[in-house]
Amino acid sequence: MIEVQNLTKYYGPVTAIRDVSFNVAPGEIVGFLGPNGAGKSTTMRILSCFMPASGGSAKVAGYDVFRQSMDVRRRIGYLPESVPLYTDLRVAPYLEFVAETKGVSRADRKKRVAETMERCRISDVQNRLIGKLSKGYRQRVGLAQAIVSDPAVLILDEPTIGLDPRQITEIRELIKSLAGDHTVILSTHILPEVSMVCSSVVIINKGVVVAQGPIDTLVEKFFPTSRVEVEIGGPSPAAVREALRVIPGVVSVTDLPAADGIGRYVVESSRGRDVRREVFQLAAQQRWELRELRRMGMTLEEVFLHIVAGEQAEPDAVTAGEQRA
Amino acid sequence: MKVWPIFKKEMRLYFTSPVAWVIMAVFLFIAGYFFYSIFNYYARVSMQSAMNPMGGGLNVTDGVLRPLFSNFSVILLLLMPLLTMRLFAEERRSGTIELLLTYPVRDGAVLLGKFLAAFALYALMIALTLLYPAIIRYFAPLEWGPILTGYVGLLLMGATFIAVGVFASSLTENQIVAALVSFLILLMFWVVGWSADFADPAVARILQDLSLTEHNDSFAKGVFDTKDIIFYVLFTLVALFLSLRSLEARRWRG
Repeated sequence: MIEVQNLTKYYGPVTAIRDVSFNVAPGEIVGFLGPNGAGKSTTMRILSCFMPASGGSAKVAGYDVFRQSMDVRRRIGYLPESVPLYTDLRVAPYLEFVAETKGVSRADRKKRVAETMERCRISDVQNRLIGKLSKGYRQRVGLAQAIVSDPAVLILDEPTIGLDPRQITEIRELIKSLAGDHTVILSTHILPEVSMVCSSVVIINKGVVVAQGPIDTLVEKFFPTSRVEVEIGGPSPAAVREALRVIPGVVSVTDLPAADGIGRYVVESSRGRDVRREVFQLAAQQRWELRELRRMGMTLEEVFLHIVAGEQAEPDAVTAGEQRA
Repeated sequence: MKVWPIFKKEMRLYFTSPVAWVIMAVFLFIAGYFFYSIFNYYARVSMQSAMNPMGGGLNVTDGVLRPLFSNFSVILLLLMPLLTMRLFAEERRSGTIELLLTYPVRDGAVLLGKFLAAFALYALMIALTLLYPAIIRYFAPLEWGPILTGYVGLLLMGATFIAVGVFASSLTENQIVAALVSFLILLMFWVVGWSADFADPAVARILQDLSLTEHNDSFAKGVFDTKDIIFYVLFTLVALFLSLRSLEARRWRG
């Protein structure tokens, strides 16, 4: 549904993105991740036909964003990061204007607008001036203008920024409910959100795609081991470490800063192998004091930090899983 | 071409914000004052000429409406930049242009929709001054021909003012800068006619022909001169064309 090939954009001498390539399959929700200034918004602006790329190509729904811009624009809904709205218009007339410019037929327009307002939970403010609305409502009006024409592709730049936790959950549910019929690409830097909403991710850093693929595959790729954090007392740290080391499946044991004589360790085992039972039994047998036994989440967050914040960020793009057209 | 939705949106924006009301009120206030003082002056002069056996030959159309229309052009010169400054500058400042330019609408349609909205508002404002000839009609017979041509002239001149304002607004995201730039351009094309008095006759002719307000004069006399019509239409088209270019250039610059 979205095919991006070697997309490059310069702002004067500054390279915003370089050779960005990725694909999004129809009906998929893809998270577009990266630290601030990584080039997320630039990519989305190019995809939404707001500005042309300096090089490379991008196709949305089979149409080239530059050469067949009108065909692309008819099929997308776009929500820019700043949620720009006409503050002097009222909500319902604004959405009718959007529906009309996006080519919703006169017969369907009223119904579409009413449905969209219902879906985004803004029906109660439909006669208010947009400028007088709270941030949460404005964000939802922004989302409503993106989906009012029922476009095949949605490009959402930080759709949950500035919302309270309950609103964030609502918006996430809304976006999730769009999957299937719509292809969604959403950028964010709230990582738990991505795991909750998206089926796969594209991670971009300093204008370059550094990793992409389904989340599980990525996590496995970057962290081939499972880790358990253990806080356990024993005769001596060395003895405890040795005892942990010999548990079947354990690859390595690392010390953590200890508190009042009780040692803390990270036990790494081959992926998929849960060693907590063995650790517990060891402690029970030896009558060692077991204070904490916690499985460390190998989350997307860690993958992200590993790739983006870590110095070992590889220059070459890492692609996990097969690419889909 | 989806000009209509853009036009409707702009009209809504003009009227839900106080802009349209304030500008129309200010214009009608000043125009009304000018009408009052010119009409008053004319009444006194015609009284004197009526008492003078050698007098006569006074004409209301020439005596009231022509000076009134030429005063209008000065008020409009000052007010029209305020009417048009918002059109693109505000969209840029608030970022709404980013959404507008990703809707399936051509830049030309956006431009035309905005131009027509400002023009419609202007036409409405000018139409409200039809009250003045109606008042005169109450006291004296009127020739409607010159009034009609006078209004056509005002509409044509207003179109050029708006086109210049749209162009200025497309250059910047600051409304004040937009207003000042269009004011500067309009002022230049107004005073260029004055310098004709001191210039070489060959140049003077050209300078006079460049003046925006000069061309309006013959309309107020009841003359439809193709030269003047073409001047206004061309001026408008060139300014709109430049605005379109400026819109496209902004897109490329990112």
